[in-house]
Amino acid sequence: MPPAEPAPGVSLLVERFAFAGRTLFEGLRLELPAAKTTCLLGPSGVGKSTLLRLVAGLLPGAVRTASDGRPLERRIAWMAQSDLLLPWLTVEENLLVGFRLRGAGRAELAAARERARALLARVGLAERAAARPHELSGGMRQRAALARTLVEDRPIVLMDEPFSALDAITRHRLQDLAAELLRGRTVLLVTHSPLEALRLGHEVRVLEGLPARPGPPLRPLGTPPRAAEPALLALEARLLDALAGGAERPLEAAA
Amino acid sequence: MSRLRPLVVAMGLLALWQLLCWTSGVPPFLLPDPLRVARTLWARLDLVAGHALTTALEILLGLAIGTALGAGSALLLAASRRAREWVLPVLVVSQVLPVFALAPLLVLWLGYGLPSKVAMAVLVIYFPVTAAFHDGLRRTPEGWLDLARVMDARPAAILWRVRVPAALPAFASGLRVAAAVAPIGAVVGEWVGSSSGLGYLMLHANARMQTDLLFASLFVLCLMALLLWYGVDRLLRRLVAWPSEPLHPA
Repeated sequence: MPPAEPAPGVSLLVERFAFAGRTLFEGLRLELPAAKTTCLLGPSGVGKSTLLRLVAGLLPGAVRTASDGRPLERRIAWMAQSDLLLPWLTVEENLLVGFRLRGAGRAELAAARERARALLARVGLAERAAARPHELSGGMRQRAALARTLVEDRPIVLMDEPFSALDAITRHRLQDLAAELLRGRTVLLVTHSPLEALRLGHEVRVLEGLPARPGPPLRPLGTPPRAAEPALLALEARLLDALAGGAERPLEAAA
Repeated sequence: MSRLRPLVVAMGLLALWQLLCWTSGVPPFLLPDPLRVARTLWARLDLVAGHALTTALEILLGLAIGTALGAGSALLLAASRRAREWVLPVLVVSQVLPVFALAPLLVLWLGYGLPSKVAMAVLVIYFPVTAAFHDGLRRTPEGWLDLARVMDARPAAILWRVRVPAALPAFASGLRVAAAVAPIGAVVGEWVGSSSGLGYLMLHANARMQTDLLFASLFVLCLMALLLWYGVDRLLRRLVAWPSEPLHPA
């Protein structure tokens, strides 16, 4: 489902960002290519989620610019590790929550509802539109969260380990579905899984060090979602090695 | 069977009490046996019911007003930082004050009638409701707030559509406490000065050694308190039927 407006590239510049007395980022620059998925890998605690929150504007201290020169406000959607569905609303109402929170008018809401129903069908939840979140399985809830992210119809989508809490099979299916539905949007996906990054990313960046910086972009061949073929798995092994600190700069060699 | 269990326990205790009275020969003005209390209740049902109605009215009015004031205060505290800075300390100090010690003052200011009892009930209900609801409003899961912010939600909409519903389970806990303590407030108010109500009837009966009537009033008061708590609990279970935390991915 392509976005209503063409997705711009995004560039992020962090002069200095400290948290709890530690300088997490200094002189950090991150470019998200337009209409492509960038996957951000990195060891725990390196600041992946913080960086995502800086891009989202949830934290102050970063200069964010869009390649089309227009402001980023109202052009970003967010998907987190937990589904963040509101338990007192039905699944369908959860998809529309952004419109309610912005105080959308009747016509806009009706259009959004149409869209929400189509997307629910698309993620296989058409029958569960009237269910409450606690009546769904974890995989279904995360599918609903994906649909909610898409109902917002924003050209830039930020995802913070959106599939990490799911079982392997559900995760695999949802990765394919997300890659398909997010096509044409500028996506930043934070993950701790090298395989997920390699399957879904047009570009894979590894965030390392203190202060942390993203490494050079790694561009696996083919278009996402890629199948977990031997070449990809070999790359995964090297990425894992690099993340565990076991190899000398293997990423440039891999790229 | 599990529903009947409390009834069985109650019946057993009553039987034990009856047995104790029969075997020990304790005089009825000290401890009347349950059968005697039942007979008295039946014989003076008109009297007891009349006073029960007064007390019930005080409790329900107190509960309604106390809940409304408590909810309003909690919302004010959540919505305005200035209100928090100024009102919260006052609120805490007001709660350290023994509320029951104010009962004579309330009677002095508001008279022997209904208002002083309702005020007493409101005073004991107000704090648990305010504290529980405010606590719930403060503890909105961060993820929901982040999501709302990225969605460019208006601040008022975040309060009404996210923070308030998210705080309802905590608010419900406060209401359950309120339902349990409301009868205490009303009866204490009646003890300090009144001309009707179950508290008044109990004091009156006590002074005349009509211990059986005292027990009959006490029984009706307990029954009312139980029904109130049970009713409130059932209602809240139906209205707030979701877990208070975000669901964790399975």
